[in-house]
Amino acid sequence: MSNGKKMNLSLKIWRQADKNSAGEFKDYTVNNVSPDMSFLEMLDVLNEELIIKGEEPVAFDHDCREGICGSCSLYINGRPHGPKRGVTACQLHMRSFHDGQSIVIEPWRANAFPVVKDLIVDRSAFDRIITAGGFVSVNSGGAADANSILISKDDVEYALDASQCIGCGACVAVCKNSSASLFVGAKIAHLSRLPQGSPERHKRAINMIKQMDKEGFGSCTNTEACAAECPKEISMDVIVTMRKEYMKAIKEME
Amino acid sequence: MGWFIKFIDSSIGKKIVMALTGLFLSIFLIAHLAGNLLLLAGDGGVKFEEYANFMAESGNIPVRIVEIALFILLIYHIINGIRITSINRKARNIKYKKVDASANSTFFSRFMIQSGGIIFIFLVIHLRSFFFPYRFSHPEITMYEAVKTAFENPLYSGFYVFAMVLLAFHLNHGVQSAFQTLGLYDKKITPIIKKTGTAFAIIICLAFAIIPLYFLMGMGE
Ligand code: FES
Repeated sequence: MSNGKKMNLSLKIWRQADKNSAGEFKDYTVNNVSPDMSFLEMLDVLNEELIIKGEEPVAFDHDCREGICGSCSLYINGRPHGPKRGVTACQLHMRSFHDGQSIVIEPWRANAFPVVKDLIVDRSAFDRIITAGGFVSVNSGGAADANSILISKDDVEYALDASQCIGCGACVAVCKNSSASLFVGAKIAHLSRLPQGSPERHKRAINMIKQMDKEGFGSCTNTEACAAECPKEISMDVIVTMRKEYMKAIKEME
Repeated sequence: MGWFIKFIDSSIGKKIVMALTGLFLSIFLIAHLAGNLLLLAGDGGVKFEEYANFMAESGNIPVRIVEIALFILLIYHIINGIRITSINRKARNIKYKKVDASANSTFFSRFMIQSGGIIFIFLVIHLRSFFFPYRFSHPEITMYEAVKTAFENPLYSGFYVFAMVLLAFHLNHGVQSAFQTLGLYDKKITPIIKKTGTAFAIIICLAFAIIPLYFLMGMGE
C-alpha cells in the first residue's frame, strides 16, 4: 500500500456538450486525491464538486470498474487507459501519478468513433463489425456431452487469448492510423481455429474486413502501438492471423 | 477480375502489395550495391565501366525486363504508400492534444512516409544524374567520371549520405513489417527477422554511403 499522502492535481479535460457542438479543453483542479483511488474515482470526486457548484459534471463511460466490460475509454496524458500497461482506466490507480502533476484527459479520437458528449464516444462501429461476421451460426440444440468435440490445447489457448478482447477501442485510439485491426484480428483469431467457428472462417474474414474498411478505420502499418497499449495485452499475432485468414479467403471473394 | 481488384484495394490487400513491392525493391538494392562496389576497385573505373556497359546494352533482354518491372513496382509502391497514408490520416480529423507515441511504438514505424518522401527526392536526382543520361543518350565522359565528378561535390555527396540514412530508417521498419504483413510472425522468428532487418538496413546503407565518401576524400583515381 502507498503511504497514503494526498495529492493535488490539475486536470485538462475535453468538454463537449453533444455530438454537434464544438468542444474545448477546460482546466480543473482536484485536491486531496488519495493515491489508492482509481482514476475513475478521482473523476467521481471532481464530478461531485462540480455538481455542488452547480456545474455540469464530466461525462465518461464506465460500467464494471474492474477491467472486464471495456466501457471506460480515456486517453490520459497521451496514452489510452493511461501510463500503465495491461490495465484499463478503471484499474489505474492514482498512485501512478504524483502530487502537482497535470493530466490531460481526452476522448478516443477517430472519425469512426464520434464524440457523443465530453469523454464518451460512440463505438457502435465495433458492433456493426461484429454483426457482419463475428459470430457462429449454429443452432445450439441440447447440451452436448463433455469432450464430444476434441480441441487441441494449443488451439484452445490461442482462442482464449484472443477472446480476452473487451472491445474497448484503445487499439483504435492509440493507432496513428486509427486502425481497428487488433480488435477485428482478435475476433477473427478467437473463432477461426475452433471447430465451431472454423466452417465460416472465410466468409467471416471477408465480411468483417469489408465492414471495418467501410466504417472508416485506417489500415495497419505494423507500428504495434495497439498491442503495446491493449489493456488485455492481445498480441500482434491476431493481426497476422487476420491477414492470413483474409488471404486464404481470396477464393471466396466475389 | 473484380475480386482481385477488391482484394488488392482492401485495407489488407494494399498492405500486401506494399510488402511484396518493398521486398522486391530491397532485393534490387543488393544487386545494385554489388555493382556499385566496383567503383571502389581502385582501377580507375575499368571494371565498373564494363559492368555499366553490360547493364545499359539494349540487347540485354533480361536486364531490360527487370528494369521495366522495377520501375512499375517502384511507382506502385510510391502511389500505394501515398494512398495508404492519406486514407489513414483521414481516419482521424480531430487530433489529440497530447500524444505519447514513443511509449508504444518506434520512431521508424511512424516516419515511413517522410523517409519515403526524401528517398523519392533522392531517386529523382539520382536517376537524372546517372541513369537517364547513360541509358538514353551517350554523354562524352564515362559513367565512372560522371560519378567521380558528382561525388567530389560535397553538397551532392552530403545529400547522398543523408538519403542513405533515411533509407536505413525506411528499411529498418519496412523489411520486418513486410514479413509480418505476409504472415510470418511468431515469438521465435519475429525477433530474428527484426534484428536481421535492422542489420540489413545498416549494412546496405552504410555500404552505399561509403562510395560518395570515398570520392569525396579524393581516393578515386
Ligand atoms: S469500466 Fe469496465 S473495463 Fe473499465
